[in-house]
Amino acid sequence: MQTPIEEKTTQPKYTPKDFASSNEVRWCPGCGDYSILAQVQRSFAQILGIEKEKIVFISGIGCSSRFPYYMNTYGFHTIHGRATAIASGVKVANPDLSVWVATGDGDLLSIGGNHFIHLLRRNIDVNVLLFNNRIYGLTKGQASPTSVHGQITKSSPYGNVEYPVNPVSLALGMDGTFIARTMDKEQKHMQEIIIECYKHTGTSFLEILQNCVIFNDGAYDYYTDKENKEDRVIYIENKKPLIFGKKKDKGIKLDGWKPIVIDITKGDNSINDVLVYDETSKELAFILSSFTDNPELPLPLGIFLRRQRSRYEVELENQIAYAKQKEGEPNVDELLKGNSFWEID
Amino acid sequence: MAEDSIKAEDLKEGTKKSNGDVTIREVDDVTIRFAGDSGDGMQLTGSQFSDTVAIEGFDLGTLPDYPADIRAPAGSLYGVSGFTIHFSSHDVHTPGDKVDVLVALNPAALKVNLKDLKKNGTIIVNTDSFDKRNLELAGFESNPLEDGSLDRYQVYEVPMTKSTLEVLKDMNLSPKTAAKCKNFFALGLVYWLYNRQYDYTLNWIEEKFAKSPELIEANTRALKAGYNYGEMTEIFTARYEVKKAKLPKGIYRNISGNEAVALALVASAAKAGIPLFLGSYPITPASEILHNLSKYRRYGVKTFQAEDEIAGITTAIGAAFSGSLAATSTSGPGMALKTEAIGLAVMAELPLVIIDVQRGGPSTGLPTKTEQADLFQALYGRNGECPVPVLAASSPADCFSMTVEAARIALKYMTPVILLTDGYIAQGAEPWKVMKLSELPNMKVTFRTNPEGFYPYLRNEFLARPWVKPGTKGLEHRIGGLEKQHITGNVSYDPDNHEYMVKIRAKKVKGIVNDIPKLEVIGEPSGDLLVLGWGSTGGSIATAVENQRAKGRKVSYAILKYLNPMPKNTEKVLKQFKNILLPEVNLGQLATIIRGSFLIDVIQYNRVRGLPIRAFEIEEKIEEILKI
Repeated sequence: MQTPIEEKTTQPKYTPKDFASSNEVRWCPGCGDYSILAQVQRSFAQILGIEKEKIVFISGIGCSSRFPYYMNTYGFHTIHGRATAIASGVKVANPDLSVWVATGDGDLLSIGGNHFIHLLRRNIDVNVLLFNNRIYGLTKGQASPTSVHGQITKSSPYGNVEYPVNPVSLALGMDGTFIARTMDKEQKHMQEIIIECYKHTGTSFLEILQNCVIFNDGAYDYYTDKENKEDRVIYIENKKPLIFGKKKDKGIKLDGWKPIVIDITKGDNSINDVLVYDETSKELAFILSSFTDNPELPLPLGIFLRRQRSRYEVELENQIAYAKQKEGEPNVDELLKGNSFWEID
Repeated sequence: MAEDSIKAEDLKEGTKKSNGDVTIREVDDVTIRFAGDSGDGMQLTGSQFSDTVAIEGFDLGTLPDYPADIRAPAGSLYGVSGFTIHFSSHDVHTPGDKVDVLVALNPAALKVNLKDLKKNGTIIVNTDSFDKRNLELAGFESNPLEDGSLDRYQVYEVPMTKSTLEVLKDMNLSPKTAAKCKNFFALGLVYWLYNRQYDYTLNWIEEKFAKSPELIEANTRALKAGYNYGEMTEIFTARYEVKKAKLPKGIYRNISGNEAVALALVASAAKAGIPLFLGSYPITPASEILHNLSKYRRYGVKTFQAEDEIAGITTAIGAAFSGSLAATSTSGPGMALKTEAIGLAVMAELPLVIIDVQRGGPSTGLPTKTEQADLFQALYGRNGECPVPVLAASSPADCFSMTVEAARIALKYMTPVILLTDGYIAQGAEPWKVMKLSELPNMKVTFRTNPEGFYPYLRNEFLARPWVKPGTKGLEHRIGGLEKQHITGNVSYDPDNHEYMVKIRAKKVKGIVNDIPKLEVIGEPSGDLLVLGWGSTGGSIATAVENQRAKGRKVSYAILKYLNPMPKNTEKVLKQFKNILLPEVNLGQLATIIRGSFLIDVIQYNRVRGLPIRAFEIEEKIEEILKI
């Protein structure tokens, strides 16, 4: 395969260290956030043509929202739930910037739910990294909108009576154009997807399953346990059959509209019966998003959906260009005078 | 009745012998209100009349009053729409206290507006709408035209619908379309009554209906028929003439407060040399600011209709961080929602213009009515020690100047600024002497680009921190809502640093006092009585004091337009007067602040009826204080 010319001739400009600020990182020892910070810095260093001064990290409130302080880029640590709205303003005002949101399940899906769904609807080119640990960490252990039903927390000592938000399904419902999932422990996988987020034009949404060692330790052990992980997790790859398992012996088949797991090495089923994924299909993405928290089906990681749709900030710029072309270059004195003026002399 | 002898041809051509006996009386000052059903075109009729008198050089004030219901049932009391025009041979500060002439197109319009009519005032009614059903809908038990209840007024009964249909009968119009032209008949009649030309409206009709020659013909005929009706019938005993007020030389346009705010934002951004961004959520009575700015794409204006009030301000804060002149427009309930974000802008020290078009509150309150009760909210409605400059505009045209001031202060001091207007001046209009960009104060923005010695919380002589546009090489930095260390901007929990920062933020805002005009006293600089006001009561106070002074009474007035900080000489001015009368459309918010800040007592005059305080009310109070 021929390597594109620029890759031969251009060396990456930065090392991961260039993206680290001088601030001391102060998450709890063992927190999954450390891995996310490291993968973001590593993946940015791999992106050709990235310009550090054009990167802006916006956050709200929560453990995850300390993120901007640790990046040697532009950053704005704002107020609870509003990061996606502030990021929208930053990007619409200056579409030349690469705008990132670091947020948590409480910040994005509870107090900030409204802004998040409208960001997706508008498809503004903002990259949202959701640190989903299924608990309120900074306020010391209350149930979050992604806490599971029955979960014992400080605010639900008798068990959580609410059911969790499925962030991927929510983003699909809002017609998001780039929707993906990874885990804090999946270093390479996370880096690859962060690079794809950067490349995508339109809102990118990446759910990162992240372990909170203090208040919800082991929330994802079922999927990270080395022994059984490969039987419980499925990596989505575009244009490839959905197979998983230690021996790559299992596949996803559609039985009518119902996804089922089949053994492709035994009986009547073969690799030909396995569903081939298409990341441009919203229908398939919905089906895969429904695997979440379903013990009979593996947990999908990877890119659920990647599509193109017009972007808010681009349409707005186009309107401005059109108006200038049609109505002429601006003349503020004319505007102030208006059409119905009169003169007194 | 006179109308029986009027034929279509007479109305169209004015062939009948003119009613030459009618005398023309000179009057000083007149307030006319057109009122009818929501669907009767009263806003259009009123603005045509006001444009006509404005172009002739009169000073005037106008106020629309329409129902909160979008399409209220025809003939109902709550479906009445009105438009008031006040013009005069002297300076006009308000849309008028009491109405001299009420043009009522139906019984409901008569019923709703009668209370505002002067004793012996003039009523012109469309008799065709005074049928049993409409009288019932308006809640009249008997026909007021027949039962003597209007005896103390001068009532002119005009069959407006019939006369309009009569002049249009040879045209191929549906009766409904033809009847709709009756507002132009009413307009024509009032043009005649006040001896005004209808040419401006004729041109307007031709432009407006350029695609429908039939409607040009129909509306033109109706307009002329109304004028000729006055000329030929003998029911009117007098016509009126108002002597022209001489406004200063210059180019003028009619402007509402909301239009003025929108234009001023565009002009300020151009003057500052940066783009304009408005984040806003629709809310009465502020939405026109969003509407108007959305039309100005040609000027590079970015408007963002947000998902809620919070996103309105937070997108604006994001745009400010990016290097735009950012603004958000709202009314009281929206201000309440923006509270936390205003605190963020104070902490992050970013420029932001916040426009609160006040309305009746609390809660949803009276969305379409006016009030001045958000002063406390603007000054104090935030957690922590959170100083924000607060300005208030005193008239529709003043909204332009004060918006420019808000932008200038925000950019120079790196701070959010709250501008208070209200439903009364936001919707009301008056002639504005058009300003040129070159006449605006300098507010050119210089972004920091030099990395040498840069820290995000360095301060200049005005205590403002540097503004850096993301995208600038070598100046990458982080800001946020956590307390910042002085100069470095790093997060700091140090107790002494916090106290220092609380004080320096307060000092920065206080320092603006050196950058704003002194409080101006109109009248003697000392004496028995000063009428003090803020914001939109300015017009009524000016009118009341001028009237009193014309009667030889020693009374002065002053209008505060800078509420935080207040002008340097405020205390000194107040101490020169034995009595201070302070009218406010609230329960005494500025009064409390004056007492608290200066230990000076004031005589409160508070009305909270969703309506502006009227000049005669203030005059009565002045006379009471002066024991006249």
